[in-house]
Amino acid sequence: MTDEKIISEKAIKEIEELFHDVPKKSAACIEALKIVQKHHRWVSDEALKELATMLDMTIHELDSIATFYNMIFRKPVGRHVILLCNSVSCWIMGYEEILHYLENKLSLKYGETTPDDRFTLLPIPCLGTCDHAPALIIDEELHRDLTIDKLDKILDAYQ
Amino acid sequence: MEQPLTQHIKKDGSVLSLKEYESTGGYQALKKALQSTPAEIMEIVKDSKLRGRGGAGFPTGMKWSFGPKDDGTPITKYLIANGDEMEPGTFKDRLLLEGSPHQLIEGMIISAYAFQANISYIFLRWAYHVAAERVTVALKEAYDAGYLGKNIAGSNYSLEMHLHTSVGRYMCGEETALLNALEGKRANPRNKPPFPQVSGLFGKPTIVNNVETLCNIPHIIAHGAEWYLGIRKSPGGGGTKLYGASGKVKTPGIWELPLGTPLREIIEVHAGGMMDGYKFRGVLPGGASTDFLTEEHLDVAMDFEEVTKAGSRMGTGTVIVLDDKTCPVGMCLNLEKFFAQESCGWCTPCREGLPWTAKILQGLEMGQGKMEDIDHLIYQTHYNAPGNTFCALAPGAMEPLQSALKYFREDFEKHIHDHRCGYKEHN
Repeated sequence: MTDEKIISEKAIKEIEELFHDVPKKSAACIEALKIVQKHHRWVSDEALKELATMLDMTIHELDSIATFYNMIFRKPVGRHVILLCNSVSCWIMGYEEILHYLENKLSLKYGETTPDDRFTLLPIPCLGTCDHAPALIIDEELHRDLTIDKLDKILDAYQ
Repeated sequence: MEQPLTQHIKKDGSVLSLKEYESTGGYQALKKALQSTPAEIMEIVKDSKLRGRGGAGFPTGMKWSFGPKDDGTPITKYLIANGDEMEPGTFKDRLLLEGSPHQLIEGMIISAYAFQANISYIFLRWAYHVAAERVTVALKEAYDAGYLGKNIAGSNYSLEMHLHTSVGRYMCGEETALLNALEGKRANPRNKPPFPQVSGLFGKPTIVNNVETLCNIPHIIAHGAEWYLGIRKSPGGGGTKLYGASGKVKTPGIWELPLGTPLREIIEVHAGGMMDGYKFRGVLPGGASTDFLTEEHLDVAMDFEEVTKAGSRMGTGTVIVLDDKTCPVGMCLNLEKFFAQESCGWCTPCREGLPWTAKILQGLEMGQGKMEDIDHLIYQTHYNAPGNTFCALAPGAMEPLQSALKYFREDFEKHIHDHRCGYKEHN
């Protein structure tokens, strides 16, 4: 058992700032989870435990919230997360071709990470850019009007 | 043509700064509103017959009026802009958020004033990163200019405004689930009554309005209810609507048009008609959770009443076009997988019924379907109705399916008789 904290000092400071604006600490839990993820890329069991203590919540309460939301990762992810939209307009416009290309090129299925930790591939519901379908987000950048020949160049920008 | 919400939005995609927004007349409506009483503002919005633009179409002025009567006791009240746009096929609020965040802010301040709210939130979906950056800048500009904070524009009215970015779940678009998300909980919906206007965020009176709805407010105040009602293309219209189209059309996009514009005009004129080699088969007029309309409905006016009469809902007004080379069964499968995944899990019919529906459709798509499967699907569309489910997610999920079974029944039966999806060879 180690005394070393998982959540960084910087993240702790940002989380404590949240408490000014809410009637009770647990109301800030979603924002707090986002901060932990911003600093540590994902929310591990240890980080969850520390955060629950900070928020005066039980581990299970906090985990029930962390596992509810699509963009809180409770498993490790790579340096870059590819979120490929698989909703109806992207489906009509051929997202499956894009998916197959990414699966082959990166040897990944949805939910997996490359062995060199570079990319994780995840599905995401409608990105709200349906007039430019198919579309994906990598980290926080939107790429749309996707065709197979654009993909290599898009991926190269993310090392 | 009157395009009050989008006429100043820059075509190159860059944002309108505070200075630019003010130079087009921005924040004049706010100053005008602050010279009337909150009750007077509420009356103007009621008279305009503005209906919610988020999908449900509830009359906005009426929604505001359900709040507690002001007896002089100071209480905390909230106004929230619902910017969690995640209805598949919908992309209209993005344009408003990225292009003119001050228009939304001004609309929110006027609305908050009418409701006498003292704290407000913009609840923005995770994926809209550009909007989040621009709204953050716009909020600071508004505070610095005295449009937010204490004594707005020199009046007695004060309002705080915050941006909250969601962490991703379609349920957050449902107003009571949104409140739970803002309170740091799972985004399950709440029982109504009590309605949010009486007991909402942290138990306080709360109004939740869609982004597009709120963006109409400054223009209604600036030019009046009569002007607003006069912009229409059908008797049931009033004001403009951001219509959109996606799918295999020549020019998918968004267009601000008078409410009540016919569906045919949206598809054939603005969306440029079908791409070469494709024929129109049907359309979901208001996003994923609406019933299909087909060729016989092309002359229907896209307003709340006419689309309902035609057997569907106007919903968000962004249409998803089904072409003749795309499989309707596959489309239903994609839609039901989405709804099943996004179900919050709170009530049994939705949590169990939607994955079951998706599984049956998967079997059909893979050529393993039986005739009884159609009966099962029809059963689901009857069972997942308001009154059996806790909120409108599952009933909404059934809308495209029930109408597909009605209009594209032969496709479902062909999948069963041929033991395969015949559309796969087309693509």
